[in-house]
Amino acid sequence: MNKPLAISETVLSVDHVSRQFARGGASAIQVLDDVNLTLRKGEIVGILGRSGSGKSTLLRIIAGLLRASGGDVVYQGKKITGPLEGAAMVFQTFALFPWLTVLENVEAGLEAMSVPAKECRTRALKAIDLIGLDGFESAYPREISGGMRQRVGFARALVVEPAILLMDEPFSALDVLTAETLRTDLLDLWTEHKLPIQSILLVTHNIEEAVFMCDRILVFSSNPGRIAAEIQIPFPHPRNRLDPVFRQMVDDIYARMTARPPTGGTKGKGYQLGSALPDVSTNEIAGLIETVALAPFNGKADLPVISQELQMGDEELFPILEVVQHLGFAELAAGDILLTPVARAFAESDMEARKKIFAQQLLACVPLAGHIKRVLDERPGHRAPRIRFEGELEDYLSDSYAQETLDRAINWGRYAELFAYDDETETFSLENPTG
Amino acid sequence: MKDIAEYRKAELTAREFIPNRWDLIAFPLVFGLLVLVGIGAHQTLAPIATLSRTNISLDPAYLPDYALRTTLRMLAALAASLVFTFIYGTLAAKSRRAEVVLVPLLDILQSIPVLGYISFTVVFFMSLFPGRVAGAEAAVVFAIFTAQAWNMTFSFYQSLRTVPRDLEEATRGFHFNAWLRFWRLEVPFAMPGLIWNMMMSMSGSWFFIVYAEAITVGNKTIILPGIGAYLATAIQKQDMAAIGWVILAMIVVILLYDQLMFRPLVAWADKFRFEQTSSQDAPESWFLRLIQRARLIQAIGAPTERFFGSLIRIRLPVGQPRTEDPDGDIPVASRLLDKVWYALVVLLALYAVWRVFGFIATEVGWSDVGTVFLLGLYTLIRVVLLIIIASLIWVPLGVMIGLRPSLAEKIQPLAQFLAAFPANLLFPVFVLTIVRFHANPDIWLSPLIILGTQWYILFNVIAGTTAYPSDFREAAENFHIRGWQWWRQVMLPGIFPYIVTGAITAAGGAWNASIAAELVQWGKTTLTAHGLGAYIAQTTAAGDYPRIVLGIAVMSLMVTLFNRLLWRPLYRYAENRLRLD
Repeated sequence: MNKPLAISETVLSVDHVSRQFARGGASAIQVLDDVNLTLRKGEIVGILGRSGSGKSTLLRIIAGLLRASGGDVVYQGKKITGPLEGAAMVFQTFALFPWLTVLENVEAGLEAMSVPAKECRTRALKAIDLIGLDGFESAYPREISGGMRQRVGFARALVVEPAILLMDEPFSALDVLTAETLRTDLLDLWTEHKLPIQSILLVTHNIEEAVFMCDRILVFSSNPGRIAAEIQIPFPHPRNRLDPVFRQMVDDIYARMTARPPTGGTKGKGYQLGSALPDVSTNEIAGLIETVALAPFNGKADLPVISQELQMGDEELFPILEVVQHLGFAELAAGDILLTPVARAFAESDMEARKKIFAQQLLACVPLAGHIKRVLDERPGHRAPRIRFEGELEDYLSDSYAQETLDRAINWGRYAELFAYDDETETFSLENPTG
Repeated sequence: MKDIAEYRKAELTAREFIPNRWDLIAFPLVFGLLVLVGIGAHQTLAPIATLSRTNISLDPAYLPDYALRTTLRMLAALAASLVFTFIYGTLAAKSRRAEVVLVPLLDILQSIPVLGYISFTVVFFMSLFPGRVAGAEAAVVFAIFTAQAWNMTFSFYQSLRTVPRDLEEATRGFHFNAWLRFWRLEVPFAMPGLIWNMMMSMSGSWFFIVYAEAITVGNKTIILPGIGAYLATAIQKQDMAAIGWVILAMIVVILLYDQLMFRPLVAWADKFRFEQTSSQDAPESWFLRLIQRARLIQAIGAPTERFFGSLIRIRLPVGQPRTEDPDGDIPVASRLLDKVWYALVVLLALYAVWRVFGFIATEVGWSDVGTVFLLGLYTLIRVVLLIIIASLIWVPLGVMIGLRPSLAEKIQPLAQFLAAFPANLLFPVFVLTIVRFHANPDIWLSPLIILGTQWYILFNVIAGTTAYPSDFREAAENFHIRGWQWWRQVMLPGIFPYIVTGAITAAGGAWNASIAAELVQWGKTTLTAHGLGAYIAQTTAAGDYPRIVLGIAVMSLMVTLFNRLLWRPLYRYAENRLRLD
């Protein structure tokens, strides 16, 4: 351990924060539910969760950019009421002003604080020097690489000397090598106490990244977002990704994050009629099933290994896993994926038979698809307008989610040849165009 | 050039979201205001200030001076448009209450023919500076302002509404106040669209300044030394050589404007592009390079820049960044205020309706209204037919040019130049021909309304064809798709959004031009076509205010309906079904 952890001075605390987003007419969507966390001096805390778990929303509430529906954020003993003075944010998209040079971008935050022009310049140059941007001062963001751009993002945040550095998936828009360089550079500066900050809050969906960087990880569950687990990472920096203890920790967190939600609540297993369907194509579903069915996996695979084999990040892989699981093609347990007999049959079938199997699973496991099919069967002309189902979905989902979910049901239904859909007239029907 | 087409397309898409029912209120408000200005000025103005006919010399030696004066008027109007854009656009984008009124208002304002504004404001401005040229100058500059401002304001408003979320969060996270945010984020982000719209505005307004510099409204005649007045005098004296000189002068002025102002502006504004990638062919300008490299100019420029910088840094006590609260309850008081505000706007609109009707009804009966609508129908038919004919000519030609990149590169600037060239300079030539052959003016004056604006169709089609993905073309070739099938299934759907964009712009210009084109003179010869444009031109010359209001109200109504019922649905269809990306 490089830092003394003895004095655990609280920098910021989040008390019972919740957040709903209102929808036209129907009840609100709960994005965050009763979140509590404490950020102490000298620690890096990771917020780990799948997309849609509300982790970025929480970060914006902490930054004072977004108001909480309930609960408080307390900084230095005071509830925050506006954008937090003691925090600076690093964005996933970098959020640099394309019309300002590197130097002007770094100075911008100081300018807003009315720091005299001369002092602005010296402080900005110092930050640029510290973060390794020397020589790029007069470049415009579009002239430099992604990695360099994010360094500008860091310099801009550090130059205002915030107590807390808030990072919103800062490495996820970068390629693997660049991201790793930036992570280690940042950790070096941190462990050598060269950064003018007290603590770091890192939002990420990358499990390895969280284990690599953080002293403490808060695992978020989705719908609504709440803290499902708090995990201490006791390894000293610099950490070795290949260390078996490190791997074990990553595996454990994988298992936790892919575990089915505890049954018994209102949620239950699998999809409900009003469940949002993730953006996963039938090709991705078939591809995953095939990969796991073939050697060397033969129907059972370790998730981190599959992730590597398919060269997919967690963000891309998790939705596919969810769909495969909910369609009854696989079981997920202890960080492993295990194909069901249906999936094995699917993998061995030809195209026609695959469609039949898929149709059968779709009807059994996706209530929305079954519902559309039933309505079409019952109607005399076997046609139904899109707006009918949209209206029903909007009882459960926000407008855009309802649209997207219906589009995915259409895609899956078309593949399974359960029903046809005409985009011009926005109607569902049972007949396919005949020649 | 492609960029203009792109920006125009983007704006047309964005305009779909304009709330419609507020038009019902915006429409009377605009005309109510016009009427009030007209009445007010009319009453306060005794016949003291008839501007004596300044002597305009047809000696070409005077032309540079006249051209300079005309250019300065354009610049003054452009500056005014910019200030208006910043204030109006910001207000519309930032205030919920202002937005519901200002945006439909802007839509109506831009549907009013530019020449319609002159007839009302001329008296008003001349009464501001009785007996002096300043009043007439102000009236002309205002008229040009009305030809330039609206699309710039729309562009700015839309940019403000689409500021990227992460940058907006960054400015709040770093505690930018509203003033700093305006100059550091909002204006730079809006800059590329704004500059392209300024170019469009400039192109369009040469036409009107030439018309407005020599105009008679009732007993008021404006003759301001300038290219337009020179042209008017040449027409009156039937001096063909002078017309040749004025055409030459205009060519030179437009080229200089392009090289010394817009090209440098566009090259400079390239840094405000939002895309994070460097463009392969960044716009260049020899003049900008000259400025940037000249030591002396730099020495003057640096302190200016510092001054502007410190201006930006002024810490105003207002506009501190706030926490966003998307579903926060609106306080009861505020909601009540909303209702009061909306009620007030509706009342004001009703009052305006009453005044406008009262004003028109003083002299105009129902039969007049019927006549005006009939005339409007004639002009409508003219506009529609000519847009169709122009499309039939320019779409195939534009595609053929667009498929040859080296040719397109040469033709594009030419098309742009032709769009800027005030077509009314060529009207005398047409009149002479029509008189010589005793042709029917109802038919042969018609092409004049599209003379200047047809080029928008051409350059949009060229832009669309240039942007057309080459793999589609290769696929078509590979499968031996040729002839009519090629046009129907390969090319036309791909460039359809561009055709619509060009046609919308051309149609808008054509309505405006009808006022100048349906009534033309050459010396003592006057040719008139039946149509709303001629009606407005005649009533303006006679100073018959109730009928002017009726005429421009009907035209503005037709333009608005035309936009809503034809162009927007067509555009939506193009965007939804025929998008290439």
